[in-house]
Amino acid sequence: MSDESVVPSGDSLVERITNPKPPRGRPTWVVTLVSSLAAVGIALVIAGILLAITGKNPFEAYSKMLDAGLQENKLLETVQRATPLMIAAVAVAIGFKMNLFNIGVEGQFLMGMFFAAIAGAAVELPAVLHVTFCLIVAMIAGAAWAGIAGLLKVKKGVNEVIATIMLNAIALSVIDWLFNERFRYETESLDVKTKPLPPTAWLPDLVSNRLSSFIFIALAIVLLFWLVVYKSRFGFRLRASGANAVAARTAGISSNRMIITAMLMSGAVAGLAGMPSLLGDTHAYGPTRPDGYGFNGIAVALLGRNSPIGIIVAALLWGFLDSVAGPLQIAKIPQSIVLVIKAIILLTVVIVNEVVGRRVAKRTADRTAAALELPMAVA
Amino acid sequence: MATDTLAVQLSGIEKRFPGVIANHDVNLSVRPGTIHAIVGENGAGKSTLMKTLYGMHQPEAGTIHVFGEHLVFKSPSDAIDAGIGMVHQHFMLADNLTVLENIVLGSEPSSKGVVKFDEARRRLEEIMTQSGTHVDLDVPVSELGVGKRQRVEILKVLFRGARVLILDEPTAVLVPQEVEELFSNLHRLVNDGATIIFISHKLDEVLTVSDDITVIRAGTTVAEVKPNEVTRLKLAELMVGSELPSPHGRTSEIGSKIRLKVDNLTLQGPGEKAQLEDITLDVREGEVLGIAGVEGNGQFELCEAIIGLLRPETGTIVIDDVDVSNASPHERLVGGLSYIPFDRHREGLLLSAPLWENTLLGRDADPEFQKGPFVDTAAAKADSRAIIEQFDVRTPSETVPAYALSGGNQQKMLVGRELSSRPRVLIAAHPTRGVDIGAQAAIWEKLRVARDAGLAVLLISADLEELIGLSDRIVVMFDGRINARLTPAEATPELLGTYMTGGVQEVAS
Repeated sequence: MSDESVVPSGDSLVERITNPKPPRGRPTWVVTLVSSLAAVGIALVIAGILLAITGKNPFEAYSKMLDAGLQENKLLETVQRATPLMIAAVAVAIGFKMNLFNIGVEGQFLMGMFFAAIAGAAVELPAVLHVTFCLIVAMIAGAAWAGIAGLLKVKKGVNEVIATIMLNAIALSVIDWLFNERFRYETESLDVKTKPLPPTAWLPDLVSNRLSSFIFIALAIVLLFWLVVYKSRFGFRLRASGANAVAARTAGISSNRMIITAMLMSGAVAGLAGMPSLLGDTHAYGPTRPDGYGFNGIAVALLGRNSPIGIIVAALLWGFLDSVAGPLQIAKIPQSIVLVIKAIILLTVVIVNEVVGRRVAKRTADRTAAALELPMAVA
Repeated sequence: MATDTLAVQLSGIEKRFPGVIANHDVNLSVRPGTIHAIVGENGAGKSTLMKTLYGMHQPEAGTIHVFGEHLVFKSPSDAIDAGIGMVHQHFMLADNLTVLENIVLGSEPSSKGVVKFDEARRRLEEIMTQSGTHVDLDVPVSELGVGKRQRVEILKVLFRGARVLILDEPTAVLVPQEVEELFSNLHRLVNDGATIIFISHKLDEVLTVSDDITVIRAGTTVAEVKPNEVTRLKLAELMVGSELPSPHGRTSEIGSKIRLKVDNLTLQGPGEKAQLEDITLDVREGEVLGIAGVEGNGQFELCEAIIGLLRPETGTIVIDDVDVSNASPHERLVGGLSYIPFDRHREGLLLSAPLWENTLLGRDADPEFQKGPFVDTAAAKADSRAIIEQFDVRTPSETVPAYALSGGNQQKMLVGRELSSRPRVLIAAHPTRGVDIGAQAAIWEKLRVARDAGLAVLLISADLEELIGLSDRIVVMFDGRINARLTPAEATPELLGTYMTGGVQEVAS
């Protein structure tokens, strides 16, 4: 029977008859917020226990983290570190909404960064245009790299997880090879990198050396993500395909086209994740490139449950944890505890989401049934 | 011999799913050492019953006795312990393991963590000689054909010590010769003392092979008969219920305009056998063309081909004088075609999405729901509320997720969505399957109203009452072909049953 998957019933029959609640309850965002906070809380407790086992006082460690983290420079650093994570998380979330797991954001952002660096250095343009040009090149490079995985999936049925993991490794090698063979900029200094971008392609800092104005672009990307994925007709079809590919296909939505489009969009956004660093800080690509945005982006998207607000909050949390790692080290508390906390948060969030999700589903089904069927059956 | 201990006895079994009673007051007595067939239409509750017996879910009421002992099965492993084995319709074998490995998988005889394959092989060879089944134990399962795979499944069950074997539609996947082989194997097993419960809707097979037959209809057991006491026709009648309503009178006239025209459609498909062969049919304005047939005889492929999800090798599809043979599904759906799919959960709904998104699915290209590039949420919700009201979908609001609704209400919503896109041609596949009687009557009424307003309906149904009651003409599909064309007046359940199982129409029309 096709109806087996939905199994309401739970609260006692008497309670349901005497107290038929309408299935309104709390809005979902409250549930999400509470469950996410609970997950973070649980993670802090577990990490605290780990700290205690290793002979450190967890309360001291946490108060150090708060003290350090709440200072102005650290707050700015939090936002600065959150910027690329927001972008990477949006890239991952676009994939998630289409039921695609884009693990390749790491490779895509490096591609974007590298090609923006060499293309941006090769042209001369007025200020605003130059920045835009670099951003567009980065998006195209990221989209192209992700598009390969999309094509492989559509044409050959290759799982996108495998394809994007492989493409990450290939991206690194391709970039290293191109850099060493072709685009190494010869200077007397030991600092090897590509030809620097002219100042017209630099993005100004909001707070000198602390916070790049790229945060506004990141927030705009999150807003755009919300509009496109959650509000537009295209986004509706994308989410429908992700929610039930067969039903979407039966309704005339071409799943292949959706896979390709979602991968291209995801890759284009991913391509921008390296831009805060390139345009705001280093102004050239070098072997000391940033890394981990892609993987942390997955964490942030999961933690933020693919919602725009969730992604911003989660990125800030991640940024905060990263920014206090240094001060912890100074206080002789191993900074790897930050990694441990992040990992545990992620695990607890996934578990709590699952548990809460099921509970909410059951309650909704129960209440719908209670609000409609039982009173009538009794009457 | 019958009166002492029954191998399996089910009494008063009741199993409910939200909005549906899948089994109600089901009684079954299986004598040991017999082949006991359970027959019924699709959706009559056979599988639900067998899942109960195999411990895959627990009934709300009723008792299970196995060899006289009252048992409660919490899981299939309890059922296996009680000597009950299930051969599923869809084989559950690991392709890249050998036959031997597949058989022992999950119940490996071992000592100190080492699997004793030799012992397993010895025991299996014994079982094989006894049962007269032979399979090479050392070939990978991937190299075996369907018939042999089924034997492996049976051996697997015997290896676990099953004395009662449940075979769920075992012949559905077999060619005639393999069916014969299977039946002779079954007889040997029974002679060896095994008891077999055989689920099927193929009447001829049931009459050939079984000692007792229990008929299940609309979730309840309605008769127990012996094969020599009944004819095929009598059995068909028991299956569908002999009281069939006279075709409902209609006030409207069938129009003259042909809305849907399918010509010489042939679809090869992945196998050797064509999935559709030379299908030709047409549906006029205000007409319902019913397609009868045992499920899996090409109805699904026909629907997918008309929608455009499958591309036939030859043939044309014309909707309202427009040849859409090369059009995309989207173009066809926007061009006046609507589809109530076979399985609402799989093909019809976004279960986790709110109702208003479900009623919008496939219709977002309608200017009514557009606001530039955006979805006009307010309009979509208003439309959803209208569907909920018109189609009597029982829900507190349009923001409830679809999974929270009962099956009947989900289906009413789905029918509402498809009729609301103002189609000229509707394909309705099992429009009332698995819904309660109230919802069924409501859906029928809506389909009649739409038909009277000029809608051309292609109705696929396993419910002969529905088919005969709604259709203006009926065609029967068997093995990918249309093998009979009749009017509802001449379409008795017996006659339909004959054609549905491959009988040939005397006067081809």
